[in-house]
Amino acid sequence: MLRYALKRLLSLVISLAVASLVIFAVIEVAPGDPASFMLGMNAQPETLAALRSELGLDVSKVQRYFAWISGMLSGDFGTSYTYRTPVIDMISGRLWVSLPLALYALTLSTLIAFPAGIYAASRRGQVGDVGVMGATQLGVAVPNFWFAMILVLIFAIKLRWFAAGGFVGWDKGLWVGLHGLTLPAIALALPQAAILARVMLSSLLDVLGEDFMRTARAKGLSARQALWRHGLRNALIPVLTIIGLQFSFLLAGSIIIEQVFYLPGLGRLVFQAISARDLIVVESVVMLLVFSVIIVNFLVDLAYAAVDPRLRSRV
Amino acid sequence: MNRNLILGGALTAVFVLAALVSFVWTPFDHAALNIPNKLQIPGGVHLLGTDHFGRDILSMIMVGARTSIAVALVAVGIGMGLGVPLGLWAAARQGSWLDELIMRGNDLVFAFPSLVIAILITAIFGAGAVNAIIAIGIFNIPVFARITRGAALSIWQREFILAARVAGKSAARISVEHILPNVTNLLIVQGTIQFSLGILAEAGLSYVGLGAQPPLPSWGRMLADAQTLVSIAPHMALIPGFAIILMVLGLNLMGDGLRDYLDPRLRVARA
Repeated sequence: MLRYALKRLLSLVISLAVASLVIFAVIEVAPGDPASFMLGMNAQPETLAALRSELGLDVSKVQRYFAWISGMLSGDFGTSYTYRTPVIDMISGRLWVSLPLALYALTLSTLIAFPAGIYAASRRGQVGDVGVMGATQLGVAVPNFWFAMILVLIFAIKLRWFAAGGFVGWDKGLWVGLHGLTLPAIALALPQAAILARVMLSSLLDVLGEDFMRTARAKGLSARQALWRHGLRNALIPVLTIIGLQFSFLLAGSIIIEQVFYLPGLGRLVFQAISARDLIVVESVVMLLVFSVIIVNFLVDLAYAAVDPRLRSRV
Repeated sequence: MNRNLILGGALTAVFVLAALVSFVWTPFDHAALNIPNKLQIPGGVHLLGTDHFGRDILSMIMVGARTSIAVALVAVGIGMGLGVPLGLWAAARQGSWLDELIMRGNDLVFAFPSLVIAILITAIFGAGAVNAIIAIGIFNIPVFARITRGAALSIWQREFILAARVAGKSAARISVEHILPNVTNLLIVQGTIQFSLGILAEAGLSYVGLGAQPPLPSWGRMLADAQTLVSIAPHMALIPGFAIILMVLGLNLMGDGLRDYLDPRLRVARA
């Protein structure tokens, strides 16, 4: 297991290094000089040079890349070109909205998909199965931001159970915060739950046909007991991968959902930064998103190996 | 023919037809403003109602279908055009450093969700439908590379491939002449799925302003326009939403149907 973990760790470090290089290179291609952008057309050359030096723009690209990376590793993401405040402060404030939202949605998606998948698998070919699968077919086709608008229309505007937009923050308590994120989390979670339920069902059906399930039945376990004791654990392996992949989709998806609910998260930050050409903020947020995807996939790989010992020897 | 294929094919055909017809005819000019006629509910002269500028929603849906289909189709083309050769190449050199490089490159691209790619492109070049195509297309490349490699690997083990190798054919020629025709069915099915995901992604990108820009109509932008008016004119949000759902549902059903229809094992069972 240790050898496997070390190999994955090495590949994680290489992936992060290459991803950071790609992002840095892409942002470098962007036309325009941030210092001239900040000071405007009529800036004096001396002022421009001073600002370029302050922002660390007067050194070579290689030096800048390493300064950016070492800065990020020590928690210094640079200074926003527009607001002149540390990027890390801007991001950490927003992360307290986007990250809980993605995790809330992931929890909801799992809580909906597991029972739905298990229910459909245990009632294969019956009305319940057909109903669940029909619902998931529809769920996969629904754009989450449209669903969010419909939720706002029904639960915020008509029924007034939730606020139509904005976020009061976590200062007023966990419950108030969670209540504020409930509609966005449902909108994010439902389409993902549909995908997860389908994976859960097909994975369970694969497992149900295995020899060890027949053995379990032959030992005298009922179909339900065999499903719960042996089937579920084995069916979880592909489901785990999808949950890992979903986290990144949810984090990226939250960027769009934040627009519907006017939530002060990473999404709104990055769109404001794009329109203000605050490229250092765009660069940092994108790196953070990609970083989280790579880390989550690494953790899923480790969890995968923990659940299925055969995988450890394969690498 | 199975039910999914017929239903999915019919739904898809309706939208493709609407998009094609919109080149020569729409009930009204989709861009014509008619403020006195604004926010008409569906029914009457404007079959699907009008928006806040009095534009005919049916005409906008028809022209918007063009944008959605074009973006998603070209993005699938990019994904297939680059992903399939890469997958075939990796499979032909299985276990080599080249295979490893292609697959690790794939993993890396997977770490960039299409929205993130779109954000990066927009930060540099500004928003537009072409950005959406590139962003979704790049995201499609590893999907096709991975699925092609997986299928090709199992075909490389087959005896007719051994026969081709004995006959002295190069790996490249075997890949094109023998492997590719055997993975085509799989690619058609995956192509349908990526097409439907492309429709959803295009709508999302246009909704946040990273995709198609005015005056080019798109379903995502129609939804963005509808957002502040959802309580007084819900039809403005409902109709483009239903269009997206029906189109995606149609493509997904068609994908399921095609998989059943093209799977040789099922065909033997039917015969």
